[in-house]
Amino acid sequence: MAHIRADGVSVDFPLYHGSARSLKKTVLAAASGRLGEDKRQRMVVQALRGIDFDLRSGDRLGLVGTNGSGKTTLLRTIAGIYEPTVGRIRVEGSLNALLDPQLGMNPELTGRENIMLRGLYNGFSPGQVRATEHDVQEFAELGEFLDLPVRFYSTGMVVRLAFGLATCIRPQVLLMDEWFLAGDANFLAKARVRLESVVRGAEILVLSSHQTAAVLEWCTRVMWLDHGRIVMDGPAERVMDAYLSGTAPSAAQLAEAAMTPAETPVGENVAAGAA
Amino acid sequence: MEYRPHVMDAITELPLPRLHTATLDIGSEVTRHQRDRLALADLVEGFRLWRLGATLGWLDIKLKYRGSLLGPFWLTISTGVMVAAMGGLYSVLFHMDLHTYLPFLALSLVLWNALGGLVGDACTTFTQSEGTIRSLRMPFFVHAVRVVVRTVISFLHNVPVLIAVFAIFSVWPGAVAALSLPGLMLWVADAFAACVLLGGFCARFRDIPPIVGSVMQIAFFVTPIVWRPEQLGPRGWWLPWNPFDALLEVVRAPLLGHAASLQVWSLATIYSVVFCAVAWVFFTKVRTRIAYWM
Repeated sequence: MAHIRADGVSVDFPLYHGSARSLKKTVLAAASGRLGEDKRQRMVVQALRGIDFDLRSGDRLGLVGTNGSGKTTLLRTIAGIYEPTVGRIRVEGSLNALLDPQLGMNPELTGRENIMLRGLYNGFSPGQVRATEHDVQEFAELGEFLDLPVRFYSTGMVVRLAFGLATCIRPQVLLMDEWFLAGDANFLAKARVRLESVVRGAEILVLSSHQTAAVLEWCTRVMWLDHGRIVMDGPAERVMDAYLSGTAPSAAQLAEAAMTPAETPVGENVAAGAA
Repeated sequence: MEYRPHVMDAITELPLPRLHTATLDIGSEVTRHQRDRLALADLVEGFRLWRLGATLGWLDIKLKYRGSLLGPFWLTISTGVMVAAMGGLYSVLFHMDLHTYLPFLALSLVLWNALGGLVGDACTTFTQSEGTIRSLRMPFFVHAVRVVVRTVISFLHNVPVLIAVFAIFSVWPGAVAALSLPGLMLWVADAFAACVLLGGFCARFRDIPPIVGSVMQIAFFVTPIVWRPEQLGPRGWWLPWNPFDALLEVVRAPLLGHAASLQVWSLATIYSVVFCAVAWVFFTKVRTRIAYWM
């Protein structure tokens, strides 16, 4: 049984802008006794603020919000890439995060080598790696190109390979960034069937997207994020209606939607987030 | 966005591998004990995924030389040329007998190539894998394995130069050479420590790699590599303070046919233990921050 639970999760990104990132500046600051002050004054991006939620098997959560609202950061936090600055996150079940289309794709390596690497990234045994190779090869229809470096591939071939690689495993918890559903002319019907099979095989789906249609189609629950905080969290249609009309819900609506009320974003927050 | 549900039946039978079920539990408030345990889990998991680290390291070498005629054997040739050129020059400058000097020089240079190369490479342990670190939770030790494997492969390509030099001058160390193995094990431990320490430091402070480069340049000249420690005589009292000297000697001495002294062994062990301990403490403290530094 897959389960995700987030308790008051906050993520701060320190801003190491320009010279602040250098050793020289730190040493000079330490030498002049200003390191503590420097530390307190350190600019942070508050990418996520007090996020609470609980997802169980069968839940399909959509994340919506403007660029920089914290959607991708939240996906990365669930994936265990960013460990929360405050709070706690617990994920039970095997997890696959489809965040970066380039992951495991080195254009200098051949298609076969890329498939092997992807299998190894997933911790597969040599037997499983071979099965993956067969599976992706079948799907991507690369033929003889499989043993050529990926940079010689046509755009369509690269898309097919990247997609085949990303969908070659079946996790219990599937995290997806919007690029994955991007309405692409190259997106084959076959790819859609394959993606659906993986999504349906997953017990929990968390999808970050700007596309209303995609969210409404795939998700049963939607969380609206703004400046790293939850604005609204509830049944998909209700939250999408509020989100699209741009009206923050009233207290009555909040109670009706039975969700965690979020505090209003504080103006001084630098909430640019890594979207 | 329409789909045909009846097509699904065929698809669900695909033999797609499943991932192992795992539980991830991360909180911001951890005790020191938990932090150590998590860092240890990273190390153990990183080595459990050795296939991945080794493949990445091997592909790095393969890519670097893909399309070149001799591939990584260019390394062998360049080391061979360097040994021959420096051997000819310095044996004259130092008035040394080529028969004893050249094997010493060849061995020292090959060992230093590995050590210096690793230190330089260790700086990019994490920054090199920025894309992976930002899109996938993965033990950080996988990246260290990658760097170490890469160094070992380069090192092995230099071994033919050693064999050639030893054969030409017909000097064979004999059975005592096996004593270099414990020394090499110290090196491997230090190599992993260097990867997490320098890799983490260089991810946080991007101006460290040039500093490391300068330090290693100086270290090359103050360590007995092209010159022999005996040439310094009593003025070499500071040599034990040079960690590179002891580390080099524990591996080099047995390969030249005599065991390293107890003093050299103790120094090499002490330096390694301290270095690994510092690296470990550093790693337990910064492990959760590395992803934020990318």
